[in-house]
Amino acid sequence: MPEDRFPGHRFLPYLLILPSVAIIVIFLVVPFIQSVRESFYTSTAFGTKTIFVGLRNYARLFASSDYRQSIIITLIFASFVVVVGLSVSLAIAHLLNQRIRGRGFYQVALIWTYALSPAVAGTIWALMFAPATGIVPYIVNRLTDGYVLNWMTNGRLALLVVSAAATWKMLGYNIVFFLAGLQNVPGELLEAARVDGAGGWRTFWKITFPMLSPTTTFLLFVNMLYSVFQVFGLIDIMTRGGPGNATNILVYKLYRDAFIHLDSGSASAQSFIIFVIISIAAVVQLRFATRKAVYAR
Amino acid sequence: MLIHAVLIIAVAVIAFPVIYALITSTLTFQQAYSYPPRLIPGNQFWQNIVSAWHRANFGRLFFNSTLISLVVALVKIILSLLAAFAYTHFKFRGRSLLFPMTMVTQMLPLPVRILPTYQLMASFHWINSYYALMFPFFASTTGILLFRQFFMTVPRDLSDAARVDGTSPMRYFLQILVPISKTNIAALFVIEFIFIWSQYLWPLIVTTTADMRVVQIGLKMLLASEQIAPEWNVIMAGTIIAMFPPLVVLILFRKSFAEGIAMQSEK
Repeated sequence: MPEDRFPGHRFLPYLLILPSVAIIVIFLVVPFIQSVRESFYTSTAFGTKTIFVGLRNYARLFASSDYRQSIIITLIFASFVVVVGLSVSLAIAHLLNQRIRGRGFYQVALIWTYALSPAVAGTIWALMFAPATGIVPYIVNRLTDGYVLNWMTNGRLALLVVSAAATWKMLGYNIVFFLAGLQNVPGELLEAARVDGAGGWRTFWKITFPMLSPTTTFLLFVNMLYSVFQVFGLIDIMTRGGPGNATNILVYKLYRDAFIHLDSGSASAQSFIIFVIISIAAVVQLRFATRKAVYAR
Repeated sequence: MLIHAVLIIAVAVIAFPVIYALITSTLTFQQAYSYPPRLIPGNQFWQNIVSAWHRANFGRLFFNSTLISLVVALVKIILSLLAAFAYTHFKFRGRSLLFPMTMVTQMLPLPVRILPTYQLMASFHWINSYYALMFPFFASTTGILLFRQFFMTVPRDLSDAARVDGTSPMRYFLQILVPISKTNIAALFVIEFIFIWSQYLWPLIVTTTADMRVVQIGLKMLLASEQIAPEWNVIMAGTIIAMFPPLVVLILFRKSFAEGIAMQSEK
C-alpha cells in the first residue's frame, strides 16, 4: 500500500494531483453529467429552446428498428474483434513463447502493426477488397471460378470485412501483451506439471491460461473499448456505416445524429446507452477475472 | 519446425496488407488498375508521395499532427508523473476516494460525452484551434496507473535517505524518481504518441478549415476527392506518410516500450 514518505507536507499532494484532477473534472466528468442531463431534453429546430421530455429520447431510440439493429451490429462487431483477435493473438504468442530460435525477429516482425491507426488500416483494407481491382476479390474469383466479391453491395460481407480489418490492426498489440504475460508465468510451475505427466494442452488450460488472467482481462477491456469507440475512423473511411446500415455501429450512428442530423437529445441518450453497455461489459469481465484469479492460486 | 512454419505464415499474413500498400504506392495509376493485380513494385514512389503531399496539403497536416502528438504526450507524462508521485508518496485526505475515481474515468471516452465537450470548446471559442485538439486529452489514467505501479516498487530507503538529508520532496522527485522512471516514461511516450496520432473523430468535428486538419483526416480527404476511380497509388502514398511517424517512434523506443509492457504485466 502507498505510504506517507514525506510527512508534514499537507498541501503538496493536492498541488500535485490538481492538474490531472482539474482536466478530468472539466473535460470528462462535467461534460458526461451534462450529457446525461441533455438526454432528458429536446431542443427546438434552431436550438433556441430546450424542453424537458423525460425518457422520451430513450423510448424513441428503442422503438426505432435502426437503433436496435445498430446495437446488434455493434455486439457482433465487438465480439468478433475481441474473440477472434484475442484467440489468434494468444495462439501466436504461445508459439512465440516456446524455446525457439529467432524469437527477437518474430517479435519485431509482429509488433509494428501496433503503430497503425484505424484510419490507415481501413484505407489499406479498402484497397485490398476494392471490388474488381483488389487482390482479395481477385483471389476469390480465381478460387471459386467466377464469384464476384463485392462488399460494397453486400451488407453481411461488409460487416465481416470491417471486423477483420479492425481485428488485424490490433493483432500486434495483443501479441506483445500476451507474450509479456506468458513470460511471467513461472517456469517451475510448468515444469512441475510436466513431471506430473500433464500434457501440453492440459498444462496450458490448467496453469498458463489462469495465470494469464490479469493480462487477458486487461486486453479484453482494451479491445472492447477499441471495438466500440476507436474504430470510428476505420468505419468512416471504409463504409460510412453502409451499405444500407449494415456497418452502422453505435458510435457511428451517434456521430451522425449529433453532428449531421443535429438531434442533440437523441445523441445524448445514445451516449448514455453506450456508457451503460460498456459498463456492464466491464463489470462482467472483472467478475470473470477475479474468479479465474482465485482458481489460479 | 512446425512452429516456425506457423509463425512465418502469421508474420506474412499480418505484414501482407502493408506490403501490398507499399507496392501499390510505387505504381502508376494504370498499373494500380492492372488485372490481375500487380505485385511487382514500380518506380513511381516519390512521384506518388509528392502528389499525395500536395493534394491533401500534407505538409501542414503533418506539422499539426506532430505538434499535437508531441505536446499531448509530454503533458500527459508530466501530469501523470506528478499525480502518481502524490498517490504513492503522501497520505492525504480524500486519497482513497480520488484514486479510484480517477480510474473510473477510463470508462468515459469521448463518445459518451461528445456533445457537451464540443459545446465546451465552443464556449471557450476554441473550435478550430490547437487548444481544442489538445486539452481534452491531457489527463491520462493509463499513465497514472503505470507510474503508480512503478513508484510503489521504489524502495522506501531511497526517499528516507533523501528526507534525512533534508532534500525537499520535489527535488527527490526531479533528481531521483524521474530519472529512474525513464523506461516507463519512454513506454508511455510510445503509447500516447501513437494514441494521439491516430485520433480521428475529435479532429473531424472540432476543426473546420483545411489548415487545422490532422493527417488522419487528410486520408479521408484523399479518398473523398476521388470521383469515379480512386487513385490507389496516390492514396497508398498518403497512408505511407500517415504511418511513418508513429512507426519511427515505435522503432526508436522499441526496447523501452517492450520493457515497460513487461513491467506492467508483472503486477
